[in-house]
Amino acid sequence: MTCNEAEILLHALLDGELDAGNAHQVETHVERCPRCAPQLRAYRELQQAMPVAQLRFTAPASLRRRIEKTLPAAPQRASSRRSVLKGFVMGTALSTAMAATLVVAVFRTDQDQRVLGDIVSAHVRSLQADHLTDVRTSDQHTVKPWFNGKVNIAPPVVDLTAKGFMLLGGRLDYIDGQVVASIVYRRRTHVINVFVAQGAASEAREAKLQTMQGFNIQRWNARGLEFFAISDINVEELREFVEKFEAALHSNSET
Amino acid sequence: MMLYRLPRPQGLAAPYTPERNAVTGNGSGDSRDKAERFREAALPYLDDLYTLARYLLHDPADAEDAVQECYLRALRYFDTFRGSAIKPWLFAILRNVCRGEFARRSRAALTMDVEGGEDEDAAPMWQEPQLSPEMGMLHQRDAETIRRLVAELPDPFREAIVLREINDLSYREIADIVGVPVGTVMSRLARARSMLRQAWIAEEGTSR
Repeated sequence: MTCNEAEILLHALLDGELDAGNAHQVETHVERCPRCAPQLRAYRELQQAMPVAQLRFTAPASLRRRIEKTLPAAPQRASSRRSVLKGFVMGTALSTAMAATLVVAVFRTDQDQRVLGDIVSAHVRSLQADHLTDVRTSDQHTVKPWFNGKVNIAPPVVDLTAKGFMLLGGRLDYIDGQVVASIVYRRRTHVINVFVAQGAASEAREAKLQTMQGFNIQRWNARGLEFFAISDINVEELREFVEKFEAALHSNSET
Repeated sequence: MMLYRLPRPQGLAAPYTPERNAVTGNGSGDSRDKAERFREAALPYLDDLYTLARYLLHDPADAEDAVQECYLRALRYFDTFRGSAIKPWLFAILRNVCRGEFARRSRAALTMDVEGGEDEDAAPMWQEPQLSPEMGMLHQRDAETIRRLVAELPDPFREAIVLREINDLSYREIADIVGVPVGTVMSRLARARSMLRQAWIAEEGTSR
């Protein structure tokens, strides 16, 4: 082997691209060659000195959203194993002014849309990133205390397994500039995320069902909190979920 | 040489319209399944693709546009993807995008685009003049400096070293993405490392 050949092949050696026979040839040449040996050392040093992890870039979240927006909406029926992990509960807490006085909702429509957009994004993101839950347990008495000190609210957590909605766990998420609690449930293969956030005290609003990018989102206020339940299950089942969620909370507070 | 069936660069320069998209064109269950498969297969490589685009195009806004265009094309041609590894396939599409309209748009790429130079590919790789690396230690530099040194390498060499060192692709994959023989990949990498090492050492000289 000549030095000219070795000069090139030592890169293949460094990159692990040579089979055993060729690697042996290059190594044998380099060992005995006063010209090539320092080169191998020099390039090995270069390779090791490259801060590869820091040379990578992370795509901006806005780009991720732009791309996701161009993709067709996720299918209504989830089919894969991963779909079990899919689903967020997003809650932006809206405080309810329980007084029965009629209060005109002052949320601007564009802000509502932004919040909904955030919720859909967080839902999709959690499904994609295999990051459905930060605390994974079906025990409501584990999930609820886990949120202590992490969010500025005490989100209600109820186990609805007996009612057909299995509690998967909890997660923190970020909606409209604030940290919110997510409580995650599963219905068959569908994930439901309930996002809970602090509500604005002066606003009361009716429960409202909306659809965005194929996801159904039910929004309601209770006990000074704002709730968003989002899932790809159908509207009837989502309504049923919200009813059972509220009913369970109600009976808990009575006992 | 190409293992992947790539979209033709010219024919794809037309602006994307949903109507032309076979996947999004209808809402049937099949296309939704396909979209979901695409999502699961392709989206995890977003950061990898964005990294390559940043090094190929320099301008962050151009890089974002190129990556988005890459995903649109990949989705449209997802049916034609037959390989086992989607990562090199996506990289090849992104490279076509970057080498196509974005190369013409990007001033930086215009001045640095020496790709396809006949002399470089025609010369037998064994006779490529190798810059002899200077001896001495490479001192650790911050990532920002190294990014800049990599970004300043001439086009084909920058591309080779980014695909190999930062995106961790094999010579075979790089050869297919770039459309050159494996031997050329190897010689470009050798040149790239030689230039990078010299620039690295020179950088230290000026900073002291």
